[in-house]
Amino acid sequence: MSCTQRDIGASTNSTEAKRTDPRCNEKKCSWASYMTNSPTMIVMIGLPARGKTYMSKKLTRYLNWIGVPTKVFNLGVYRREAVRAYKSYDFFRHDNEEAMKIRKQCALVALQDVRVYLTEEGGQIAVFDATNTTRERRDLIQAFVKENGFKVFFVESVCDDPDVIAANILEVKVSSPDYPEKHRERVMEDFLKRIECYKVTYQPLDPDDYDKDLSFIKVINVGQRFLVNRVQDYIQSKIVYYLMNIHVHSHSIYLCRHGESNHNVEGRIGGDSELSPRGKKFAHALRDFIEEYELSDLKVWTSQLRRTIQTAEELSVPYEQWKILNEIDAGVCEEMTYQMIQETFPEEFALRDQDKYHYRYPGGESYQDLVQRLEPVIMELERQGNVLVICHQAVMRCLLAYFLDKGADDLPYMKCPLHTVLKLTPVAYGCKVEMFYLNVEAVNTHRDRPLVPRDSALIHRRNSYTPLSSYDQVKRPRLYSAGNQPWLPLAPTPSALMPERLQSQVSGRVTG
Amino acid sequence: MLDNEDHLLENHPRELTQNPLKKIWMPHKNSHIGHRRVCMTNCPTLIVTVGLPARGKTYISKKLTRYLNWIGVPTKEFNVGDYRRECLKIYKSFEFFRPDNEEGVKIRRQCAMSALNDVRQYLSVEGGQVAVFDATNTTRDRRGTIMKFAEQNGFKVFFVESVCEDPEVIAQNIVQVKLGNPDYMNCSSEEAIEDFMERIKCYETSYQPLDEDLDSDVSYIKIMDVGRRYLVNRVVDHIQSRIVYYLMNIHITPRSIYLCRHGESDLNIKGRIGGDSGLSSRGKEFAKHLRSFLEEQKIKDLKIWTSQMKRTIQTAECLGVPYEQWKSLNEIDAGVCEEMMYEEIQEHFPLEFALRDQDKYRYRYPKGESYEDLVQRLEPVIMELERQENVLVICHQAVMRCLLAYFLDKTSHELPYLKCPLHTVLKLTPVAYGCKVESVYLGVESVNTHRDRPENVNVQRSTEDALQTVPAHL
Repeated sequence: MSCTQRDIGASTNSTEAKRTDPRCNEKKCSWASYMTNSPTMIVMIGLPARGKTYMSKKLTRYLNWIGVPTKVFNLGVYRREAVRAYKSYDFFRHDNEEAMKIRKQCALVALQDVRVYLTEEGGQIAVFDATNTTRERRDLIQAFVKENGFKVFFVESVCDDPDVIAANILEVKVSSPDYPEKHRERVMEDFLKRIECYKVTYQPLDPDDYDKDLSFIKVINVGQRFLVNRVQDYIQSKIVYYLMNIHVHSHSIYLCRHGESNHNVEGRIGGDSELSPRGKKFAHALRDFIEEYELSDLKVWTSQLRRTIQTAEELSVPYEQWKILNEIDAGVCEEMTYQMIQETFPEEFALRDQDKYHYRYPGGESYQDLVQRLEPVIMELERQGNVLVICHQAVMRCLLAYFLDKGADDLPYMKCPLHTVLKLTPVAYGCKVEMFYLNVEAVNTHRDRPLVPRDSALIHRRNSYTPLSSYDQVKRPRLYSAGNQPWLPLAPTPSALMPERLQSQVSGRVTG
Repeated sequence: MLDNEDHLLENHPRELTQNPLKKIWMPHKNSHIGHRRVCMTNCPTLIVTVGLPARGKTYISKKLTRYLNWIGVPTKEFNVGDYRRECLKIYKSFEFFRPDNEEGVKIRRQCAMSALNDVRQYLSVEGGQVAVFDATNTTRDRRGTIMKFAEQNGFKVFFVESVCEDPEVIAQNIVQVKLGNPDYMNCSSEEAIEDFMERIKCYETSYQPLDEDLDSDVSYIKIMDVGRRYLVNRVVDHIQSRIVYYLMNIHITPRSIYLCRHGESDLNIKGRIGGDSGLSSRGKEFAKHLRSFLEEQKIKDLKIWTSQMKRTIQTAECLGVPYEQWKSLNEIDAGVCEEMMYEEIQEHFPLEFALRDQDKYRYRYPKGESYEDLVQRLEPVIMELERQENVLVICHQAVMRCLLAYFLDKTSHELPYLKCPLHTVLKLTPVAYGCKVESVYLGVESVNTHRDRPENVNVQRSTEDALQTVPAHL
């Protein structure tokens, strides 16, 4: 980490700053990504149908959302590539030499891909999703990790509750590519025999002796109990916290925006206006919607802006206000229409369209900031049962992106229209979305991705976390109070004229 | 039809008013809105420590209490040892703790009951949300009594057990906190250590640690070997989840945290708050002095954190070492008052100015933040500071007050008035149950930005009264 820091910090040596680490080359890395020093391999352990893939995918989705590039490497996928047609559980018998050879080969291939991802493709975390039930296999992985200078963190899932296992098999194995005929009983039978094959050679992590120096978390009986050993760093600590907060009980999360507001009608962004008459009607309709669905123990959350609170008030149920659910802060552009912004701050307007996710309003926030701000909301949503979140357009996009695994490119352009409730229900490895338009008209506040050609010579505004303190930073107060210096256009630094790749050192033009 | 509907809607939703201090929208009639506080637990929580003597139970209790109070959860610790010292004015020797000492056993039991009564008072009557019951609680029987008590009163129970067999750690413990304990006021160190080791033995024979099978329905965290390993069982709600996360992030490795503000800025000189100005010439001088100071201190593996505002970054730049920027360390957002002088705030927003003086912690600037908001924003910073070792945080006045309040266990009344002058580094070193503070003024002059609470906080006060405590500026 030190070498990259020095590179970023040395403003006078900007032209010489040579970044060898591709990961930190990316000027736009999130705080979480920043804090993750060496690449880490997360290794899943457990018998089949213990929720390894479920946890792998969910964890990966979460880590990507907070900005840590993560990817899952599922050994089953490699095996299916190698062995086109799955015949039966016999393949998994530990005395089936030919099969054992193939399976080991697959593991090696997967590990190679992991290495490429972590060293060449800018990945920071690789989740190795396989049973990894023998010490031999784990030793192999550890040797690999050591050889490449990665950190390793094991996640073992232990479960002896037959109901949970059966439910697991039904939910995800029945529809697996291994069982095209989907005949339930046969699938169940074969799969249970498959599990028996693994049980013979299963060596769980031994915290008292053999594995006492490893970093790992043992998840017991779907989160009833956890054993955590030797957490090494920030990202492992966050992973542990996340795994300890997720659950598998069925529940639904309802996301919607406040009813149409007066500012919405005028085309103004931000602010703290009240509901328009149509907005009030929506609130009324929302109440009917909730009543109709008879949601038990529904929690209702709002932001601390008037329009969401007014909407919630109509529901006549208790609700909680969260300041962190407030709409993205548009800084100097608060309460302007897009037209006004374009006229007053044409540069800013253009910059935003170039990279809407990372763009930070002067004196305000970016989507990236919003994601960081919303993390506790996500964590709490994971803990809770049924929740209705009444929020705002940008906020809803961030939350939705988390549930639907959308990246930074898509997030700021997700469609979250007014007067529409999205119902999200976790299902198998993903999330089912149902959309309910409550039949009250509203303005459309969505701005599509503009067809702006990527101009490589365009000057990018200096990112907020590259120091370059010798140039004026772009934060501006919201009120132009007396005595403010007029803003002078900045001369671009030499590095600003460099090609896009090494753009982290450039400054931006500021217009008054 | 439409008219009728509109009319109905008109009367239906309650009018919202904005609380002038906190800028929270609430319906007229007080109702069932929940202002999102950290943990919306319905029932209070009783945290119960478990472990042999010298396993860090009191250390954990005090630290956890400090953290929970800081994030806004009213918490109080009840140390049974204190009750015992009240009851038994003079401590003679470890004999008191022998399991066959009937008199001793009776007294100790009474003390525990007395403490539990106070717990009940705190949680049910005084509005506390979490009580930390700090005692050995090493027998299943004692824990059973506590759980029954909790059930009767509608409290949730969460056990925190500390297990440690490393003799070095235990010895260190004894030296750090037991020798200065009132029990051992009148003995030599050797005598104290010897007696204490005997005391531990008294508990060892009857110690029944939390068991995976026998206690499988109980909510607890077992901390092993000072955080090397944790066993977490049945976390049931938000506050327990936060407590577990916190306990898993703290450590006892010796280290120091350095807090300071950016060098004096141009706006500082003009007596203006907020904004994003650069360093004045004196500010730059400070940065240089800071660099020398750090070099002298020879701090091992020092991490440096700044905010994302120019003045802290400029300060860090002078140090010539890598640093990390945190947006969460940005100064409190003064909303419409950004870049104003106090005189201007009084002129344009006299009501706001008075409200702020009335309750500086909860007061939120219009379109800005309050100290309370700041604390919530800074919580991840605190969590990461706990994980780290030697760190220098270059931040801002309000931010530094919040961080300092956490380390020095200051209340929300004291927090907004903590003195954090420019050009001064505070070195915080955890010691025993608290934090040692050393203040180092780096010898570069600057303006004073500290505004004390004026005497008259009435909204009708005169301008003179309002500006009574404004520090001098250009």
